[in-house]
Amino acid sequence: MSNLTLLGPQRRRPTVLAIVRELDGPVAVITAGWQENENDPLPGGLSEDVVNLGIYRRAEQVFDEDRELSRAHRDRQSRLKQLQRLYRIRLDHAIAAYRELLELQGEEDAADQETLAGEVGAALEDLRSLDRHHLERVQAVHAEFEERWHPSRRDSVARQRGELARELAGAAVVVLAGGHVAVLLNRLRLFDLAPLIADKTLVAWSAGAMVAARRIVLFHDSPPWGAGNAEVLDSGLDLCGDVLPLPDARRRLRDEDPLRVAQLARRFAPLACVALDERSRLRRDADGWRARGARLFGSDGDVRQVGRSSWKVLRR
Amino acid sequence: MTVDLLAPGAEPTPEEIDRLLAERSFPLVEGGRATFVYRGEADEVALRSWIYGLPSSQPFRRLGESELWVLTLEVPERSRVEYKIEVVRGRRRRWIRDPLNDLRAHDPFGANSVLHGAGYETPPWAQPIAGVRGGSLLDLEIESKVFGQARPVQVYLPARRRRRRQYPLLVVHDGGDYLRFAALKTVLDNLIDALEIQPLVAALIDSPERLVEYAADPRHDTFLVDELLPRLENELPLLPDPSARGLMGASFGAVAALATSWRNQGVFGRLLVQSGSFAFSDLGERHGRGPAFDPVVKFMNGFRDQPGRPTERMFVSCGVYESLIYENRSLLPLLQQIGVDVRYVEARDGHNWENWRDRLREGLSWLFPGPLWMYYE
Repeated sequence: MSNLTLLGPQRRRPTVLAIVRELDGPVAVITAGWQENENDPLPGGLSEDVVNLGIYRRAEQVFDEDRELSRAHRDRQSRLKQLQRLYRIRLDHAIAAYRELLELQGEEDAADQETLAGEVGAALEDLRSLDRHHLERVQAVHAEFEERWHPSRRDSVARQRGELARELAGAAVVVLAGGHVAVLLNRLRLFDLAPLIADKTLVAWSAGAMVAARRIVLFHDSPPWGAGNAEVLDSGLDLCGDVLPLPDARRRLRDEDPLRVAQLARRFAPLACVALDERSRLRRDADGWRARGARLFGSDGDVRQVGRSSWKVLRR
Repeated sequence: MTVDLLAPGAEPTPEEIDRLLAERSFPLVEGGRATFVYRGEADEVALRSWIYGLPSSQPFRRLGESELWVLTLEVPERSRVEYKIEVVRGRRRRWIRDPLNDLRAHDPFGANSVLHGAGYETPPWAQPIAGVRGGSLLDLEIESKVFGQARPVQVYLPARRRRRRQYPLLVVHDGGDYLRFAALKTVLDNLIDALEIQPLVAALIDSPERLVEYAADPRHDTFLVDELLPRLENELPLLPDPSARGLMGASFGAVAALATSWRNQGVFGRLLVQSGSFAFSDLGERHGRGPAFDPVVKFMNGFRDQPGRPTERMFVSCGVYESLIYENRSLLPLLQQIGVDVRYVEARDGHNWENWRDRLREGLSWLFPGPLWMYYE
């Protein structure tokens, strides 16, 4: 299991340079989540002596050269968008039911609590089952795409992947930047990069951290419109075990609301929901997980600050 | 203590008044009630506000023989009320801003005092935020044949534009006033930076004769559709799709937006209208709102008779304290009936720029939703 560091947002108070300086060896950077701005300066002056793999540009080149694959990719994205939209309709109802039952827990007579607890549990299971179902549908779309188009066997993809493999062979550390989570994921998937970076020391922030996880969950409790229900997007690269990173949680989540916290923690268990805000870090090495400034969401609705000023062991 | 001093029958001493005014801020807001206070020599004092349904002038009462004048009103929570104080002394009648209240709202006619009811806060996204990447303003001039003169247009360009990307376009009526009095640039910068709206280009237009040109004047359609739009699409990286083209306006500007979109269906897929002067008549054309509204009523009656589908998606907002609330509410079922994807929002506010500013987050994010859910920086 390789070393891994997950970070919160880097735009305003970057810490990534200090983290990378602690590590040995050549560094490769993936900024595909920034799309056309892929070559913008890296935060905190990280740009010196690192190689930007230019994944977004390479993917654009593939789509220019291979129109058939480009069309197929676009069609797949349309299907995924449709699935997401349909899942969201069911999700809104499932979450509303679960939340309503949770709220009853403070109101029902003690004698009725046992009955209520059964319904709360069932509603949670409905929710988890819906998430699983959605993920299966999404995975089926990916599998069908792979089976039909075999992107890795197509000339343009194979050529780019070959170049990427050579670049990565010389890198000891891979930095996965934030940005647009779906764009980043799709590009990494197009070039099947997971096996090439799995044995590297990985530093990932925000969307990069989300993509590195087993499951990618989109979240925002207070969007201008809509219920603000967290939703499963896709499977990630599964490089960070049972941790579900929630970057920029202070801004995006109403973590003062125990019901919302408990709901997130229970819904995605056994994954541990870990809030990664500015300057917080979560590190995994041979000794296990350690955290600094991160916060752990508990199934009881509690938010536990882990290692505010020094490293604390989070989970072994 | 405060309540006692201001209660009917109270007759505070000058020292007590000094202490009260030093200790408290005014108007005094307590739950759903607000107490306005004026100190000074006067024969009469009145509150002048523009709350539809209430008298436009409400008298203060004098506390005994003191120089303190008081008026307590019910002000529901989250209200925002603009007002002046009228002071009458002898034959002199003056409208002044509240000397005890520093809060001001500006508009093209000057400034008013502002009461923030309990729970009202100026939205954080309507104020400059440190670290937010700001867009830029570009000055253009459109040679208008239909108006026989050059028209200046300010163009807002979002920060961090991408070379190969195309952007939605929002044409803003009374653009200069939106900039000055509704903090439009700050709002766009903040909402784009927060990913709540798409990065967009906004064309800020102004009219030297808005009560004529914005009153459903067909020349304005020609200006927008045949002169402004082609020039902008030629010079700027704009998405060539109705769903990426919006019109926005308040009051008569809202009429201009709706009228142009209605008469050019399929061109503008997004409309943001605020406190629209959508006067209509159910029988004949009498409306009682003055001659400037004649062409508006004619247009609105025509629109209500044969609405077609003026746009795909629309945001309508109005203050419940303004006289146009009935007309705006009446628009909603009609828009729903013709299949416009509409969101309608009311606020406890009046016909003013800060009301329009405060609704911009809901309106813009409804029409041009940003990648908030997908972007984690």
